[in-house]
Amino acid sequence: MNLTLHVWRQKARNTTGQFVTYKATDVSPDASFLEMLDVVNETLIEKGEEPILFEHDCREGICGSCGMMINGVAHGPIGGTATCQLHMRHFKDGDNIRIEPWRARAFPVIKDLVVDRGSLDRIIQAGGYISVNTGNAPEANMILVPKAVQELSMDAAACIQCGACVAQCPNGAAQLFTSAKVAHLGVLPQGQPERYERVVKMVEVMEEMFGSCTNYGECEAVCPKEISIDFIARMNRDYLVAQFRGPRSTILPPLFNTEEELVTNET
Amino acid sequence: MSWLTNFYRSAVGKKAVMAVTGVFLFGWIFAHMVGNLKLYLGAEHLNEYAKWLRVMGSPAMPNSSLLWLARAALVVATWLHVQAATQLTLMNRAARPIAYGEREYPAATYAARTMRWGGVIIILFVIYHLLHLTLGVHVNPAPFIEGDPYHNVVAGFQIWWVSAFYIIANLALGLHLYHGLWSMFQSLGLNTPKFNAWRRNFATAFAAIITAANISFPLAVMLGFVR
Amino acid sequence: MELNARIPAGPIAEKWAKARFDYKLVNPANKRKFDIIVVGAGLAGASAAATLGELGYNVKCFVFHDSPRRAHSIAAQGGINAAKNYQNDGDSIRRLFYDTVKGGDYRSREANVYRLAELSVNIIDQAVAQGVPLAREYAGLLENRSFGGVQVSRTFYARGQTGQQLLLGAFQALERQIALRRVQMFNRYEMLDLVVVDGQAKGIITRSLLTGAIEAHAADAVVLGTGGYANVFYLSTNAKASNATAIWRAYRRGAAFANPCYTQIHPTCIPQSGDYQSKLTLMSESLRNDGRIWVPKNQGDNRVADQIPESERDYYLERKYPSYGNLAPRDIASRAAKEVCDEGRGVGSGGRGVYLDFADAIDRLGRPLIEERYGNLFEMYADITAENPYQSPMRIYPAPHYTMGGLWVDYNLMSTVPGLYVIGEANFSDHGANRLGASALMQGLADGYFVLPTTIGDYLVTQMGKKVPTDRPEFKAAQQAVEERINRLIGAKGTRTVDSFHRELGSITWNYCGMARSAEGLRKAITEIRQLRDQYWREVRVLGSDEEPNQSLEKAGRVADFFELAELMCTDALHRNESAGGHFRVEYQADGEAKRNDADYAYVAAWEFQGDGEPPRLNKEPLEYENLHLATRSYK
Repeated sequence: MNLTLHVWRQKARNTTGQFVTYKATDVSPDASFLEMLDVVNETLIEKGEEPILFEHDCREGICGSCGMMINGVAHGPIGGTATCQLHMRHFKDGDNIRIEPWRARAFPVIKDLVVDRGSLDRIIQAGGYISVNTGNAPEANMILVPKAVQELSMDAAACIQCGACVAQCPNGAAQLFTSAKVAHLGVLPQGQPERYERVVKMVEVMEEMFGSCTNYGECEAVCPKEISIDFIARMNRDYLVAQFRGPRSTILPPLFNTEEELVTNET
Repeated sequence: MSWLTNFYRSAVGKKAVMAVTGVFLFGWIFAHMVGNLKLYLGAEHLNEYAKWLRVMGSPAMPNSSLLWLARAALVVATWLHVQAATQLTLMNRAARPIAYGEREYPAATYAARTMRWGGVIIILFVIYHLLHLTLGVHVNPAPFIEGDPYHNVVAGFQIWWVSAFYIIANLALGLHLYHGLWSMFQSLGLNTPKFNAWRRNFATAFAAIITAANISFPLAVMLGFVR
Repeated sequence: MELNARIPAGPIAEKWAKARFDYKLVNPANKRKFDIIVVGAGLAGASAAATLGELGYNVKCFVFHDSPRRAHSIAAQGGINAAKNYQNDGDSIRRLFYDTVKGGDYRSREANVYRLAELSVNIIDQAVAQGVPLAREYAGLLENRSFGGVQVSRTFYARGQTGQQLLLGAFQALERQIALRRVQMFNRYEMLDLVVVDGQAKGIITRSLLTGAIEAHAADAVVLGTGGYANVFYLSTNAKASNATAIWRAYRRGAAFANPCYTQIHPTCIPQSGDYQSKLTLMSESLRNDGRIWVPKNQGDNRVADQIPESERDYYLERKYPSYGNLAPRDIASRAAKEVCDEGRGVGSGGRGVYLDFADAIDRLGRPLIEERYGNLFEMYADITAENPYQSPMRIYPAPHYTMGGLWVDYNLMSTVPGLYVIGEANFSDHGANRLGASALMQGLADGYFVLPTTIGDYLVTQMGKKVPTDRPEFKAAQQAVEERINRLIGAKGTRTVDSFHRELGSITWNYCGMARSAEGLRKAITEIRQLRDQYWREVRVLGSDEEPNQSLEKAGRVADFFELAELMCTDALHRNESAGGHFRVEYQADGEAKRNDADYAYVAAWEFQGDGEPPRLNKEPLEYENLHLATRSYK
């Protein structure tokens, strides 16, 4: 099939960019979106034009490197998929496709479709871990994790840090990303000792750079791992509880603790 | 109290404030709607109810004191709700300085996307509504009789554009509640798998009930059911 | 070159304990005086950098990605082995050791493998403590699944994302050290050379992928955790940016390269569908637990799968290897698939594919259970092929996946350049001629969390006060060489794209040095690779400048190194006149099975760079089996 692409080209961070139109001809419906761009790039190089810069690596939808706005939707029209796993069979011959980089203050454009997502790492640095040094671990089966809790943690841990949630959010908010990491660790028994300090630290750093959540649900719709906005509610709850119990308090039990409830409800 | 200011300084905290003040405002709107249903019982009932609002709480408290307390709380709640919304909106605008060339919304509802403008319409309407029916300022040609709200309502709604404004504002309120009532559960982190489906149903049901009831008043007057 | 493997004396089960006692320790107060460079932040690199930071060293970690969490370890699906024996099915450290050596076709170093098996249990403990959500039973205990090449269930997993979850564990530990300022992170930096001063590794030369700046970084030791080189084949399951430049540059600076011809071809990948294809997608080997592999009995049988009656199907793995069946090790399963396709019995377009059929499993276990076990893999398959694997069998074909070869290291993971350590897939150490499934994650983490941080101190104590500044001539010279090379690539101003050369190189390597190799083919490959390499330097076209993000330039340097590496692979494959594991020489087989020659080839081939245009020198590290008997592998 033949397509017309309108691609954002921008030389460097502080220059202005614009949409440039390219033709993609004889595109195989079985090719992935990135493979389609590969072919366009090969022709550009042959013509002596600089290829379109886009980030990509594993091309299996797991590394989180790739990502672009395709016709106004992060990762394109098919939900639950990263750009590398979006196949051209979802487009029609003659389609116009607009391709833009992620846009957010926290994701400055580096060149063309590549943006700097280092701000997400900063959120992890703020507390997205369990403070255990190598060698400090107890025998693995000493820590019992109910299957439903492990599954819930896994649902959150599936996040690939691609930044689509931020890109799609009308507020440029990173709530889905942050809440997924908060929940991944916060629902597990191993994550309890730091649960409330972690959420406060991560939210604070997140808010320095990103917008706030107004519950549009756009992030969930484009997340390649289909992470639920329920995790955002959970993060809000943990944050509120943390504020009421004070940073170091270990005396008050959590106001809401639904982990056990979850286990009975979900299985 | 530093934790409270810290808490409000965060966006998550502001959203919680919006949720709590939103619940309060919703409760008031609901009560207001229920009270207004007395319009259908006739002038006597409605006026009686209006009078009761003023003596509510007495003799334990002076007349109108509860009403003024409620009014003060409403003003504070509205102020906080609007202030937080404004601050968050500014924060969110700053978070995306460059807009997309093209933009689709695979999930966001119309209601969610119109919260801010809907809020502005509602505020403007509330001001008009207070001038019209509480303070009796001549913001429209209908005559205002102190102590006879039934008359004031009916006379006001007989003017087509007053009714039209009222209806539009209540449709905006309906959309605002449709998203807001669901959203507050998210903001406060009230979610469990069993409960989640009900959050949407709750928001839809109450948004529909309040809008339908509120809109029925001007319609009833215009159509001559209430005169 | 003298190869000293530094294997501790004593019984195998006590070697690691003895070594740890014998290593000199760095005084805790002195640790912060040592700078360590870690290149790469996959499982091995991230776990090493984090652990070294925790110990108190000054760590600089370099990755070419935008974040350390993107390394290709993330793509590992199936699981990680550990000899926990939670299933009470007869597993033990010794059995994991035995399985790994046997799976590696008796071409790995016993002491290393035993240590790996010992440490496997600590890895699981560490991962769980970090919050890695490994699969659980209903009672909350860890769950296991079985995997190719073994008869016990010892594989731990996290849905189909074990690699990603374990990497996140290491990444989180690393980010914690970054926040604590123990590790300085250099994202979007590519290592382009190793700096050797007075015979010791003292630093690296990097290029910033954002600005193109070439910088020198000095340290007391350099650790490479830069992964494998399967992208030499162009089409592989590796991520697009995975490359051999770091280890190849180190090779050129004196680090011996061991067993380059040991490459693993993974049996369960989605077959190629067109010329535009940029990579091959792996489907977890765990699918072979429940899927049955077959082809039609007759050549050119073009009927759709469900039209072929049971009697006309050939479940060739079950037929040839009744005791392991569909769970035969990877090299054997891959070769068997090639064989049936060569016979003209392959399925799908081009006839390069075999069926992986779940119909029986769905009948036996029900669709919900299959969905629970493999749901995400089935979805991935459906996404890519637009076929529904619940209704019709999957089509699979082998694809390059992992490289057992790599830089030679001693027991301490130090290469032949003192101060240069190599961990994870980048070294050669533990898998011999073939790696068993779910063992790569185990090795990367064992190296990074436990082995390297312990052994490196023994070297560092000798380096106290021996820091070198980056204005030494060795740094200047290396920096200049890097710049010249970049200018040469940009200056070629030819007509062909980097990818077109890479594709051609890949096809030569795959055809002659892939699943089946012959002396004649390998000689031909060497000639063709040399010709293509000369053409490359004349005709490659790299547009744009070297002072901005330029992916063509990045690729161009990597592909230039792949040319040299491909030649060494073929040279190694040609010299090894036997078949072992992933290295299958058609001249050396018995009844279609690989035929080893233990008398002449039970050694590690460590190649030493002698200069451009000079043949590399072969050094041999004899493999001594004191605990296991060299035996012919049998999975029948």
